Amino acid sequence: MATPENLVYDRPEAFTDTPTHYCPGCTHGVAHRLIAEVLEEMDLIPKTIGVAPVGCSVFAYNYFDTDFVEAPHGRAPAMATGIKRVMPDRIVFTYQGDGDLASIGMGEIVHAAARGENITVVFINNANYGMTGGQMAPTTLPGMKTTSSPNGRDVETQGYPIRMAEMLSTLDGVGYCVRRSLHDPKNIRLAKKAIRMAFETQVRGLGFSMVELLSTCPTNWGMKPVEALKFVEEKMVPFFPLGDYKVAAGVAQVKV
Amino acid sequence: MPKEMWKGNEAIAEAAVRAGLEAYFGYPITPQTEILEYLSKRMPELGRAFVQAESELGAINMVYGAACTGVRVMSSSSSPGVSLMMEGLSYIAGTEVPAVLVNVMRGGPGLGNIAPAQSDYNQAVHGGGHGDYPRIVLAPSSVQEAIDLMVLSFDLAEKYRMICMVILDGSVGQIMEPAEMPEMRPIVRKDFDWATNGAVGRERRILSSIYIDPPAEEVANFRLARRWQEVQANEVRYKGYFLDDAEFAVVGFGTAGRVALSAVRAARAEGIKVGLLRPVTVSPFPYQVIDQLTGRVSAFLVTEMNMGQMFDDVRLAVKGRVPVEFYGRVGGIVPFPDEILAEIHRVAAGRWSVDADPRDSWQTRMASVISR
Repeated sequence: MATPENLVYDRPEAFTDTPTHYCPGCTHGVAHRLIAEVLEEMDLIPKTIGVAPVGCSVFAYNYFDTDFVEAPHGRAPAMATGIKRVMPDRIVFTYQGDGDLASIGMGEIVHAAARGENITVVFINNANYGMTGGQMAPTTLPGMKTTSSPNGRDVETQGYPIRMAEMLSTLDGVGYCVRRSLHDPKNIRLAKKAIRMAFETQVRGLGFSMVELLSTCPTNWGMKPVEALKFVEEKMVPFFPLGDYKVAAGVAQVKV
Repeated sequence: MPKEMWKGNEAIAEAAVRAGLEAYFGYPITPQTEILEYLSKRMPELGRAFVQAESELGAINMVYGAACTGVRVMSSSSSPGVSLMMEGLSYIAGTEVPAVLVNVMRGGPGLGNIAPAQSDYNQAVHGGGHGDYPRIVLAPSSVQEAIDLMVLSFDLAEKYRMICMVILDGSVGQIMEPAEMPEMRPIVRKDFDWATNGAVGRERRILSSIYIDPPAEEVANFRLARRWQEVQANEVRYKGYFLDDAEFAVVGFGTAGRVALSAVRAARAEGIKVGLLRPVTVSPFPYQVIDQLTGRVSAFLVTEMNMGQMFDDVRLAVKGRVPVEFYGRVGGIVPFPDEILAEIHRVAAGRWSVDADPRDSWQTRMASVISR
């Protein structure tokens, strides 16, 4: 006798039907899905305007069924500022990688945070420039080999990685700033909760919100997907500790 | 409205407000800072958006974001700052959203100085950002004209979904003159069918300058070019003075054109039949007007506050049929009417550079002036 079929996993409403272009094993898809689920659960889809970056997620606008604009490299927080200032009742989020946010866009992200722009930033930290083929990023770990640090990142000549969540958390304009990881189901659940909190922060007008997500890049790291997840857990998490770096008093009272 | 004394930069700011400016994003730089300062007070009191950005990069991308929602938005800067905005301008052009940018030009290149210049003509009219894109460029020569062109700039930008730049040199920005402000226009949020202002009750929209498929990018480039043909056909503006019976014509824009008018009047008083053509839109450039003039005048004298940038456009229109002479002051120096009058005398006497680039003989003539 056939057992009744129960739908337990479906495409979120905030997604279009377009299949993503991301590599197998890449966690961009997971991050996208978490955002889509949160937008759906908070009933924010029609009100939301996304800002896509330059990098692997340059085509993010193809996947979310919301209005979207595509920013120049690093400038997403400035574009988001422009949109939010003229449409304060809309929900505006940027989705940025580490080259985009922590290198070329450092000025824009720091000042958007300092001004307390009421926007949400989802920051994908996969320790390299994915789209251009795996060059060293500001987040590349010491000793980590990339196509532009072929002998491993030498901090004496190539500098040290930047911990963005910690850095931005020092700014008074920031309402919510945390780091999560996408390397296993437990952490994915925690990441979703953090993304929810970030959007709750914006809905309540409590300031700038950012969720940094440690992510995989199996293709450019030259690893199998499972090895890449292990790399995040064993190498990245110790260097980029997970945690809540800033939860403003008003945000801490939000229960979801 | 009665005439009042207005400083150029403040007049520009107020004119923009009255034209329905909903958001301003800028960064301080001399000699345009009064626009930012004025709007830092004026915009908040009207409940409109004002942000002093972290840089010109930030400012132009805030403009880009707001422009995507379909509101009237602008920034202003001066030469080095405008250079920083070129990336954003290219994206705005590629995305086909309207935006207004004021450049109060100063001496360059590099840090240069803060005195009036017109040396960003080529950047504004012919180039700047990457890729093939047209843009409208208006060049006022007085405070009143700056006011009128600011209002026009928003209408043109919206009509053609294009960047409209207003370029003026530092002296128009800093001068005080009697001028009349337009009436305050109410803010009307037009629900453009391209604006990304939230997909409430409609299909979602994307605004982007990406056409990853080359044939699609080719189509987009042709679309921009077709729209530009429309602009060229409909939006050329210029002022002609004493041209009806002119035997030769001076051509100058902005302050150089205004100073040239004094020189032309003085020459007329001496009985010299000279006229003046002052392009108001330097892009689209009045090629046809100059083409038609070429049949009637025996020579042109181009005066600019740069090394002869618009000069090339005049020569393009003249097509070698009559001599085109050049006189300019550069580096932040405004010519005196007497200097241009002396050049008018020279041209009236038929002393033209026939074979070489007229800018070579101009440089030779300038040798005594610049040997300090």
